[in-house]
Amino acid sequence: MKFSKSVIGGAALASASALVLVGCSPEGSESDSTATAGDSASTGAAIIKTNGSEPQNPLIPVATNETGGGKIIDALFAGLVYYDATGAAHNEVAESIETDDSQTFTVTLKDGWTFTDGTPVTASSFVDAWNWGADPANSATALNSYFFEQIEGFDGYNSEEGASNPEMSGLKVIDDSTFTITLAAPNAEFPLALGYSAFYPLPESFFADPEAFGKAPVGNGIYTLASADDWKHDVQIDLSVNDSYAGEREVMNDGLSIVFYASQDAAYADLLAGNVDVIDGIPDANLATFGDDLGERAVNQPAAIFQSFTIPQNLEHFSGEEGNLRRQALSMAINRDEITNVIFQDTRTPASDFTSPVIDGWSDSIPGSEVLEYNPEKAVELWAEADAISPWSGTFSIGYNSDGGHQTWVEAVTNSIENTLGIDASGLPYATFADFRTDVTNRTITGAFRTGWQADYPSLENFLGPIYYTGAGSNDGDYSSEEFDTLVDEGKTASTPEEAIEKFQQAQEVLFTDLPAIPLWYSNVTGGYADTVENVQFDWHSVPLFYEITKK
Amino acid sequence: MLMYVVRRLLQAVPVVIGTTFLIYFMVFSMPGDPILAMFGDKTPSPAVYDALAAQYHLDQPFIVQYGLYMKDLFTGNLGTTFSGEDVGTVLARTFPVTLKLAAMAITFEFITAVVLGLFAGLRKGKLFDNITLVIGLILMSVPIFVLCFIAQYFVAIKWGWASPTVGADTSFSNMLLPAIVLALSLFTTSMRLMRGTVIDTRSRDWVRTAYAKGLPARRVIPVHVLRNSLIPVVTNSAANFGVLMVGATVTEGIFNIPGVGNTLYQAIVRGEGPTVVSFVTVMVLAYVAINILVDLLYAVLDPRIRYA
Repeated sequence: MKFSKSVIGGAALASASALVLVGCSPEGSESDSTATAGDSASTGAAIIKTNGSEPQNPLIPVATNETGGGKIIDALFAGLVYYDATGAAHNEVAESIETDDSQTFTVTLKDGWTFTDGTPVTASSFVDAWNWGADPANSATALNSYFFEQIEGFDGYNSEEGASNPEMSGLKVIDDSTFTITLAAPNAEFPLALGYSAFYPLPESFFADPEAFGKAPVGNGIYTLASADDWKHDVQIDLSVNDSYAGEREVMNDGLSIVFYASQDAAYADLLAGNVDVIDGIPDANLATFGDDLGERAVNQPAAIFQSFTIPQNLEHFSGEEGNLRRQALSMAINRDEITNVIFQDTRTPASDFTSPVIDGWSDSIPGSEVLEYNPEKAVELWAEADAISPWSGTFSIGYNSDGGHQTWVEAVTNSIENTLGIDASGLPYATFADFRTDVTNRTITGAFRTGWQADYPSLENFLGPIYYTGAGSNDGDYSSEEFDTLVDEGKTASTPEEAIEKFQQAQEVLFTDLPAIPLWYSNVTGGYADTVENVQFDWHSVPLFYEITKK
Repeated sequence: MLMYVVRRLLQAVPVVIGTTFLIYFMVFSMPGDPILAMFGDKTPSPAVYDALAAQYHLDQPFIVQYGLYMKDLFTGNLGTTFSGEDVGTVLARTFPVTLKLAAMAITFEFITAVVLGLFAGLRKGKLFDNITLVIGLILMSVPIFVLCFIAQYFVAIKWGWASPTVGADTSFSNMLLPAIVLALSLFTTSMRLMRGTVIDTRSRDWVRTAYAKGLPARRVIPVHVLRNSLIPVVTNSAANFGVLMVGATVTEGIFNIPGVGNTLYQAIVRGEGPTVVSFVTVMVLAYVAINILVDLLYAVLDPRIRYA
């Protein structure tokens, strides 16, 4: 998972600025941005400027697990498949990805692909890159190595310290343009994941000196880092168009400049002044006004981000029959429409399932999803039923990190619960995100806690398996349901996408009964662009499709 | 004089060791695990976790971590950031920017304080004196981030007179706005000091003597009053310079200036111990050095002060 601070809540610097900027929203930002638009266009070349942040890891695809570096990596590399604006996967370097049993995939590559250093993109470019990422000896760098765990022979986690096993048995190079992938278990959705950055190819020069490569990456993507000097650390990175890019996505501009900002406020100020063309985050303080500021250039649409709070399975009063009743009562006691409207200015969309509306197969009418509707009478009734089994005592708490702007909604949710059910409910703040995650990971948190998930690739399974499957890496509530596990397994081995979707929806029916986590809402991507550019479209992953943007 | 400087420098040694130890201890005791934070809502596998912990010595007890760090520090190795960059390189890149911003801000602050303070002192109790007092007090009591946002919004966005952020272009003209904002938030103390000493100096014997000799005011004011009133203002401004040198974190954040304060803030958020401690160590050194310089300035400005 790539995480961004605004999603998981590292540091939204917004709280203080709210006082000031809300009070002075511009009446005519149209004219404001034209005033300085000439400066950026004066060079003649149509360079798109956007916001970002200094990469926190070396610029190696498998080492990048946060959005600052991810945005750059995605511009520099092209994988076997790419995702379009709707999240549909199209072959890019791959000519075809074929399978008979959803377990062994034969990948054929297109001719004519080269890295910017002139070397060809071959089957080995992929296989060697993946093997490097899965090698236990590189685990301190390869933060995304878990992506390879589906592949047969992956042992990146389980080796003795210092041991090196550079090859996964599931990868076989047939010839320069063909290789096969064998998975440990069948997964029909696996090709969908191949557009994720961990699966990008790497040129031979990488293996000679990964450290140097991380400072001056050589890719095969739409854009290229022409010289290591174009990466001005902590300031910005200038990418130019890669002339040797051989894919079907057409570049409509002359380059991409990603300016690093420490706060969203500064990026937003630059957008209003016309100093950047596109930004993919609006500071909290401006959520109420950015629609007026930007008019139709404001972007506010659901993203592949699902927010919930998880109630651990072993929490007192929350297991068995009593637990199910209480979980449903809590869910019905939350007025999601009001909270998303009042607190988030409609920049969240109330949840109607466990995935996201931007994913193919999403449905707002899965049987059981009624529990997501605000229904105070029913909630009181269910809570009373649970009390009949074992009387409630104590306080219901929701843990959260207070450095990420979560306090307001947690208070709103606990108030909603308190008012509806007449019990004590409160937030349990942690000073920092790190502190919060430590308690969650060690299972020492004493109550419910906020959870969020951003999909790595556009698939329903990616919202379900990693979080609720028995023993899964991010199953922080220790949920375990045989029925759910079976349905997910069946979905992964389904022969058609339609069948897979059906299974995953059935799996969600199980979740709606057990409610291991209470769905709250989908985060929207909020952003905007200046009137210097056109054709701005945000993809399923909340990032603008930079290559499509044209400069006026 | 030399003995004095040597003594001051020797005094700085325990200060530096003490601060690095304290800072290291505080970063070490920060709640939460920086490695877990690197992975967001995902939990790293134990092997990945251990490998990262070993790389940053996070698996060692505090005193060993500190020892390893100090050993590296004295061999000139300031450590590496999580992104694999040498902390020394980061410092070399960010310090000049902060230095420039601080120098600009202090120049503006000093000039504003001296000019306004001089006239306020000469017109004690008059309208000008009161107006500068009120304006100065307002600017001093408004939090710096409010000043920054107001300046950014009106001057840069609304009127388009400046760029709202600095970013890559750290030229004089681009840093003008943040430097002026910093100067505005600082000048009041120096201005009031200036006013007070001007009033005091004007009643001194040598000023009365100068007037008695028949010298015109345009000669007495600059030479006899102004020069002799500068001492407290210079030292106050120099002390402010020391404060700004260690990074105007809030201002740098709002104007997106790639300086020390901004970088330090991000390192703290990410829990990057070595980066934080190295930055603070260099800041302490800079602060100590500036303070010594300020003390030496006294002697230069006021011949009556001698250091033995």
